Amino acid sequence: MRPHTLHVLVENRAGVLSRVAGLFSRRGFNIESLAVGTCEEPGMSRMTIVVLGDDARIEQVKKQLNKLIDVIKVSDITEQSTVDRELALIKVAAEPGEGRAEVMQVAGIFRAQIIDVGPKSVILLVAGDSEKIDALERLLRQYGIKEFVRTGKIALMRGMKGGR
Amino acid sequence: MKTGARLLVEGLQREGVETIFGYPGGAVLPIYDELYDAPLRHVLVRHEQAAAHAADGYARASGKTGVCLATSGPGACNLVTGIATAYMDSVPLVAVTGQVPTTMLGNDAFQESDITGITFPITKHNYLVKEAAEIGQVVRDAFFIAGTGRQGPVLIDLPKDVMTTQVEHVPEVREARLRGYQPTYEGHPRQVERAVALIREAERPLLYIGGGVVASGAAVEVLALAELTAVPVASTLMGLGAVPCDHPLSLGMIGMHGTEAANFAVTECDLLIAVGVRFDDRVTGRVEAFAPNAAVIHIDIDPAEIGKNKPVDVPIVGDAKLVLRAITAKLARQERGDGWLSRVRRWQEEGAGAAGTADGLSPAAVIRQMNALLDENAIVVSEVGQNQMWTAQHYCFRRPRTWITSGGLGTMGYGFPASMGAQFACPDETVALVAGDGSFQMNIQELGTVVEYDLPVKVVILNNLYLGMVRQWQELFYDRRYSYTELRPVDFVGIAKAYGVEGMRVENPDEVGPALEAAFDAEGAFVLDVRIEREANVFPMVPAGAAINEMIGRRGG
Repeated sequence: MRPHTLHVLVENRAGVLSRVAGLFSRRGFNIESLAVGTCEEPGMSRMTIVVLGDDARIEQVKKQLNKLIDVIKVSDITEQSTVDRELALIKVAAEPGEGRAEVMQVAGIFRAQIIDVGPKSVILLVAGDSEKIDALERLLRQYGIKEFVRTGKIALMRGMKGGR
Repeated sequence: MKTGARLLVEGLQREGVETIFGYPGGAVLPIYDELYDAPLRHVLVRHEQAAAHAADGYARASGKTGVCLATSGPGACNLVTGIATAYMDSVPLVAVTGQVPTTMLGNDAFQESDITGITFPITKHNYLVKEAAEIGQVVRDAFFIAGTGRQGPVLIDLPKDVMTTQVEHVPEVREARLRGYQPTYEGHPRQVERAVALIREAERPLLYIGGGVVASGAAVEVLALAELTAVPVASTLMGLGAVPCDHPLSLGMIGMHGTEAANFAVTECDLLIAVGVRFDDRVTGRVEAFAPNAAVIHIDIDPAEIGKNKPVDVPIVGDAKLVLRAITAKLARQERGDGWLSRVRRWQEEGAGAAGTADGLSPAAVIRQMNALLDENAIVVSEVGQNQMWTAQHYCFRRPRTWITSGGLGTMGYGFPASMGAQFACPDETVALVAGDGSFQMNIQELGTVVEYDLPVKVVILNNLYLGMVRQWQELFYDRRYSYTELRPVDFVGIAKAYGVEGMRVENPDEVGPALEAAFDAEGAFVLDVRIEREANVFPMVPAGAAINEMIGRRGG
């Protein structure tokens, strides 16, 4: 069992996301993360799906995805050389003074941006791989995380399109 | 200028549809208005579920795509069981449903249901059409999807305002070309080579064939391969009829209620050539003990079936007919060492004849007499349960598409409406339904439809006043505690008469033959209420979760 990252190219049509998500739930595959948006091909979207499972199970996931009429292509990019990112917005309790200075220092170390400052809190924006975001979250917890939201993982293969 | 409803009806005609099964309602009135003088036969059933099952039976008997039509909300929901049945057995079906107007979608309007959402998991694909101008293309694509690749049901949901919208410029309907849907038909040459090599070398090969052989029209090719290389053939419930049951290489049905020959052969084979099957749990029993010492070749048009339940050595994605032709073309006539075939023959002889008690009216005897009276083109349909398994075991199917039954979903109430659909598809053939008293009562109202359309369907009820298969399981696995499986006696002949159908009750073994003859000779529909031995069981049987060769109730076992 390990996380696999799948690229799923789909028709950009109403209901496609629920078809894909529904397929996972009713066949008992657990989605770790799913991010979707338009892509370079007009009329299509690309989903980046992270799913946990052994090789046989992932093979079945791919085949079942391929059976959906709106799915154009499924690629498992787990073994490929990829760049991947997640984005997170974190609202941290930070009173003016020493606390806020510390939070800003931590943000600096993680190359997170401060994108909003309130009377008692600041909002950080951070992009990176999942581990980096996990680490920042852990660190900021001591100051008090008021709200936390993160996107799913998105990934691209390095080099030319199609892995060339 | 054409309305959306007109475009739908024209689309159906363009696809060659002659008969549709449906039930009107508020949200489909524009379509029904078009049907009033359209050159299409609409069959009014008595329940929407029967419309779906009838369309399914029509499709299975004819090989064409069946079509059913229902209104929004309750009408659409009543199709669900029928759609799911077709999905599990890969039957080409197009279901058209009415929907509330687009302006009311999502408002919980009167008779609204999210039928595309509901049927996501049980359709090959579905459409909610929001633009009337798209209808023609959607119909074309829907039929293309339903009838190609691994066949299956497609649903088209049409909001009422889309049906009434006037389309000024009707777009031309082009060939279906879908980026995400390109079935593979030809087997991969290298895999074909590997299969050929395995077949040449095998000492104890076995063909394991299923519904995919019937769907692909590959019966001739299966027999050609079997005869050329002397390979015995075991068939799933869905594959019966693909190879004539009385062919020397035919081992009959495999699985939970399969023959000794088939179940023992699969246990001992060294090569399993699986064609158009999906290694269903009712076939394999404990999957690790299914063909435990065999190399496995799996031919299927659906890549997702290959390796799903059982590891496969040679996967071949493609159409069974084309793949088998490619394989057979590379093989020369082959004799097998005497050992394997004579061993198989011994199992066949030992297992011949049904086990069971001798007193009372035996269901097996009824089926065997039916078999003696009907010709090889007669279409035999079953309900689900003991009646289904007795028919599968004791009727000798000789041709594809003469056996119609709900396999994957096991839908009680399927058989009667499906037999109507089969009779519409094959008006000149005898269509006989074997039913249980429980399952017949699940769509008994279709007696009305049978009468209205003069359908000469022959219904043979194997009446044991029980939900027989459930009772059998209670007897074997729940200490004979017959919890809610006993049924009240019903005057089926009286009910048939009330609808205008002839009927007869049979209580003694010697009445069976004459009664069947009377039924088959009758002009119209006929209901035979045959009071069989109450606690007859379906044997042999592999208990759920046991190995395929661990059969109980077998002759001498």
